[in-house]
Amino acid sequence: MRAYTSVWRLRFLLGLQYRTAAFAGIATQLFFGFIFIMIYIAFYEHGAGGAPIDLPDLISYTWLQQIFLTLIMLWYRDNEIFRLITSGNIAYELCRPCGIYGFWYAKLLGQRLAGASLRCLPLLPIALLLPEPYRLGFPPSIANLGLFILSLAIGLLIVVSVSMLLYISVFWTMSPVGSTLLISIAGEFFAGMVIPVPLMPEWLQKIVNFLPFRWTADFPFRVYTGHIPEREALLGIAAQLAWIVVLIGFGQWLLSRALRRTVIQGG
Amino acid sequence: MSGVRLYFKYLSMLFRSQMQYRASFLLLTFGQFFIPFAVFASLYFMFERFGQLRGWSFFEVALIFGVIHMAFSIAECFARGFDMFSSLVGAGEFDRLLVRPRSTVVQVLGSQFEFTRFGRLLQSAIVLVWALAKLPVDWNVAKGITLALMIACGVFIFAGIFILFATLCFWTVQGLEVANIFTDGGREMAQYPLDIYKRWVTVFFTFVIPFGCINYLPMLYILDRVEGRDLAYMAMPLAGAVFLVPCVLVWQIGVRHYRSTGS
Repeated sequence: MRAYTSVWRLRFLLGLQYRTAAFAGIATQLFFGFIFIMIYIAFYEHGAGGAPIDLPDLISYTWLQQIFLTLIMLWYRDNEIFRLITSGNIAYELCRPCGIYGFWYAKLLGQRLAGASLRCLPLLPIALLLPEPYRLGFPPSIANLGLFILSLAIGLLIVVSVSMLLYISVFWTMSPVGSTLLISIAGEFFAGMVIPVPLMPEWLQKIVNFLPFRWTADFPFRVYTGHIPEREALLGIAAQLAWIVVLIGFGQWLLSRALRRTVIQGG
Repeated sequence: MSGVRLYFKYLSMLFRSQMQYRASFLLLTFGQFFIPFAVFASLYFMFERFGQLRGWSFFEVALIFGVIHMAFSIAECFARGFDMFSSLVGAGEFDRLLVRPRSTVVQVLGSQFEFTRFGRLLQSAIVLVWALAKLPVDWNVAKGITLALMIACGVFIFAGIFILFATLCFWTVQGLEVANIFTDGGREMAQYPLDIYKRWVTVFFTFVIPFGCINYLPMLYILDRVEGRDLAYMAMPLAGAVFLVPCVLVWQIGVRHYRSTGS
């Protein structure tokens, strides 16, 4: 465990080196937040009555997407791992005295947390202080806030588990760009990052409920706004935990199969 | 004229080299098709739920979407060299371009060409054709020319932004992520009619970066939402071509200030 935490810490410090990039990221996310909210406001102007989520909730949803983007987006790629696999330097990783799955997992987790702490911490107070109607609202109760933090943290573990599967798939495909691009687009769409899940048509929501992606973004955000009541939220967290067990179990099994058939050419 | 010949020579070289990895090429093209597809699907779902957007119908917005996404994907195909320019400067490779007796613009344009972006182009072309077929517009030559101008000048605007931020690399060496606000952000913004936004957005994207002039304003003319002054609305997209001029001039100044990283 000590080894994993130090990998995590190293990644974190590395991420903190890129401060200008973080500043640019904050500006970009603010801009996108404003644009999306203006579009939603324009849509809601005539007859929001039938909409399954009301405008203030939707605005909070949009800001949470922008603020926690580094934690929830699937395409946050570590090219280092891809290179390790395709170049054969994976041999060094295999010599380390700790499991490769946990090692990479810690690395990816650290990277995301570093990125997020640079982007969230400044963006969060800004969004909370914006003038109406653009302001990010507070959660209705302390319980909602607690459940939100818990579900976001578990959601992060799910994202990392899914992205681990992407890395492991490179053992077979050897060329990461094409296949990972397709999965990232689909994953992001099903997580409600392009159109919020409550605004999707019924038939699509049914599909989304069967996939792990919505538990990473859509679920925690709706817990925050109280759109998902507390009892339902607790059930949802149980579902999240089940997904983690499945995804990590599958990932470890897949990795052990991949490593068994890996042949490293000398050189 | 030799510049154009040279450019096409570059293109055929790049095409052959990218086709060496055929499976990866096809998968990437396929993936590029789905990026705007997901965005378009959500636009469709929004209209399915809300019916209309401040008086704009689905197919009208689809036409606006098609124009801006076509312009963006064509610009990404051609001007990719400028988009990736920071890596050229960072590695000190720009020195090699300077010693050749050809224009730097042509050489940087020819240094990269993303053929996989054809997937993206195809998607937006389908949306455009679908919207054109469904909209009850009486087409005439003038409107046809306007539509072609809108796409062509849209390409100029995106290319201009790429060039502008590539020029900044001469001073910063690193690429600047803020450019995304104007390219990706401009695209996301301009896929909806400009009048749904707050005033500061419309003013900025009409007079500073003229996305409004290549999309929203001439679209009013095509959809017969304005009376009179047809010629003014038809000529509006040319603002995009005007935008490119200072960008290229700044580039020329930048090249003169270039100091190699030496690596």
